Amino acid sequence: MKPPNPNTPARKDPESEQPERRGVSRRGLLAGGAVTGAVALPALHGLIPHAGVHEALGDSGSHGSGNGHGGSEASTFAHGGGNAGPTFQHGATVDHRANGFNPTEMLRDFDWGKTRRLASGRLLREWTLVATDKEIEVAPGVHYPAWTYNGRVPGPTLRAREGDLLRIRFVNASEHPHTIHFHGLHPAMMDGVPGIGAGLIQSKGETTYEFEAEPFGLHLYHCHASPLAEHIARGLYGAFIVDPKQGRPEADELLMLMNGFNTNFDAEGNQVYGVNTVAFHYVNEPVRVGVNDPVRIYLLNLLEFDPINSFHIHGNFFNYFPTGTRLEPTEFTDTVIQGQAQRGVLEMCFPNAGHFMFHAHKTEFAELGWMGFFEVGGTSGKRKTPAAYCELPYGGGG
Amino acid sequence: MIEARTETADAARPGIEGRPRWLLFGVPAAVIAAAIAVFALLGAPGLGERRGPPVEELAVERTVLRPGEIELTVRNTGPDPVTVSQVTVADAFVNFEAESGDEVGRLDEQVLTLDYPWQEGSPYVISMLTSTGATIEHEIDVAVATPDADAGFFGLMALLGVYVGVIPVGLGMLFMPFLRRTAASWIRVVLAATIGLLAFLAVDAYLEGTELGQESAGAFGGVELLFIGAGVAYLALAGLDAHLRSRRDAATTAGASGWRLALMIAVGIGLHNLGEGLAIGSAYAVGALALGAFLVIGFAIHNTTEGIAIVSPLAAGERPRLARLALLGLIAGAPAILGAFIGALITNQELSTFLLGVGIGAIVQVIVQIWPSIKDEEGRALYPATVAGIIAGGAILYATGLLISV
Repeated sequence: MKPPNPNTPARKDPESEQPERRGVSRRGLLAGGAVTGAVALPALHGLIPHAGVHEALGDSGSHGSGNGHGGSEASTFAHGGGNAGPTFQHGATVDHRANGFNPTEMLRDFDWGKTRRLASGRLLREWTLVATDKEIEVAPGVHYPAWTYNGRVPGPTLRAREGDLLRIRFVNASEHPHTIHFHGLHPAMMDGVPGIGAGLIQSKGETTYEFEAEPFGLHLYHCHASPLAEHIARGLYGAFIVDPKQGRPEADELLMLMNGFNTNFDAEGNQVYGVNTVAFHYVNEPVRVGVNDPVRIYLLNLLEFDPINSFHIHGNFFNYFPTGTRLEPTEFTDTVIQGQAQRGVLEMCFPNAGHFMFHAHKTEFAELGWMGFFEVGGTSGKRKTPAAYCELPYGGGG
Repeated sequence: MIEARTETADAARPGIEGRPRWLLFGVPAAVIAAAIAVFALLGAPGLGERRGPPVEELAVERTVLRPGEIELTVRNTGPDPVTVSQVTVADAFVNFEAESGDEVGRLDEQVLTLDYPWQEGSPYVISMLTSTGATIEHEIDVAVATPDADAGFFGLMALLGVYVGVIPVGLGMLFMPFLRRTAASWIRVVLAATIGLLAFLAVDAYLEGTELGQESAGAFGGVELLFIGAGVAYLALAGLDAHLRSRRDAATTAGASGWRLALMIAVGIGLHNLGEGLAIGSAYAVGALALGAFLVIGFAIHNTTEGIAIVSPLAAGERPRLARLALLGLIAGAPAILGAFIGALITNQELSTFLLGVGIGAIVQVIVQIWPSIKDEEGRALYPATVAGIIAGGAILYATGLLISV
């Protein structure tokens, strides 16, 4: 059987053609809106008299100017300050441009690699990952000397389909020796640990890891050089998603990688926590999803120096698929706990419009940056009948 | 040979002796200033950049708690500028206002006003996250609203100072008529007890001062401030004593020696009470002081002994006038009021350390002053009666000190 094109939904019926195009354009608009909003709004902010607006918002400040709404909605949403919740000084935001990545864009940024059909009929996917040393702003005004894959933390979300052949060229442009160790099935020589196979890749060196994408599920990759905790905590990690052969039901897919930064390097907990690196980012730029749209979250915990992390969503429940390696959910819940390197797939719908908070229910982390909002509104039209909760149709099962 | 060379040197520079004196000082001073300026302007040529990350230090000099708000006055006590980018209180990021821009230069000060719903009686750890990700922590042991510095507050501090300083010392001085009827040998025992008492106060202040000095951030010095304060006080009192002695020589009246000693003891105890007031005032400001009868009674017993110490040199000789006795009492007791004001308004460990040092220096000077007075007819200072007196003096303060630990 010919493997389906990963860039189109796995399940496709004639009926879905039209809504699909709408869905894509909606997402395109969202991404565009976020970019123009981030660029244009700060410039406008200084020109337009707006003192009254800040007062109307309780001047909590956390509903900042660069919130990426693109001005599409006059929101009454305001969060933070005193009893109203944790926030940064004056609700300031980080300079995403200087960072070179924006957590809003990271949510839906799945890197399928460069594909080529091999003579055997098998699909080859190729990526190049470059390790660099780079200072990133993890909270407004707080800079962290990170080590990155491709200049971003987390590194690119590598995505493949079960059975694909994967070839990852690793170039070490950092001053320190690094590796890439993938979770999944692979030959020992491709394990990316010191002393085996290519072993440590020294500064200026490179290697290529090659293996098959299996098993399907949500996995991760990270540097395995020593000291291990530091090499991971500095930012050398990313998500590695292997889709099941038949794909998963179509949904608005989001990558949420829970991480933190031990900015004072005392190896005792972290100073800043978040999802996709930037603390409180999704408070300032809520994650926009449609009413009753199926939503799938790929959730990973890469937090170092703290034994557990958790994810809790307000006003909603989700089906939880631990590690994403089975197609039957194990739990219908609103809170899940993950230890280090644990991960799972969450599937849900938002039946109600409005702002819904999500945060670590390890509330200490929540108040140190791991807190955000979903902004639920509009719809892609994918669902014909509104339901209190939408169950995604898994066909044949895993 | 040497002589000849000296002559030659003088001959080579005949004009030096003729120059005005200010020039001989001014030229080297100007050269030194110019050398320093050039070195600084060129950015220390040859030494290169300092290695390693910036050293970021902030000392919290004052903490003010108002409902829903915590105000910190911080001073940069490190070598490099510091930018407080974010602040957490009890592990939660808070909104805050920085009074004077973002960056705090070396030895500069900044006021941070944190928006945080603190609860009375709770301890809090405030963590300032700098632009480089370093954390600077400040602990609030017990959160209590900071009293406003209004008339009522000053009145309360004054009353507290009077209660713990002026009144007990005055009460102690009431023993003077009794002491005047007491034999000289017993007076020497009382003076020995005074020495024991003062020695105890000095040791106590030293222990407290070293603790404070080690806690302070260090830009303005730590424990050395204790010694500087002690040295300044000791020398100043030695100078005062010499001055009083020279006046006594001019008018030798009976009892003048006793008066001088009493005055010296009063000044020494006054400087000590300044430090005591400081401790009470700062304890009150942070809500750590249980204001009440017990504390005042404790201080009364404690400081009454100080009053006895002041009047003991007056046991012999002419009877002092009441106004002079009142003056002695005020010199010894009133600094407690001043100390309470300072302690309640300024949280500055360096200043507190220095003032504790002043108290120590004063006490040591007073002990030196009293020492000759306990000598018996044979010239011995230490004999069974005075040894017992010294031990008793220390023991009394140890026992009464248990009542007033703040």
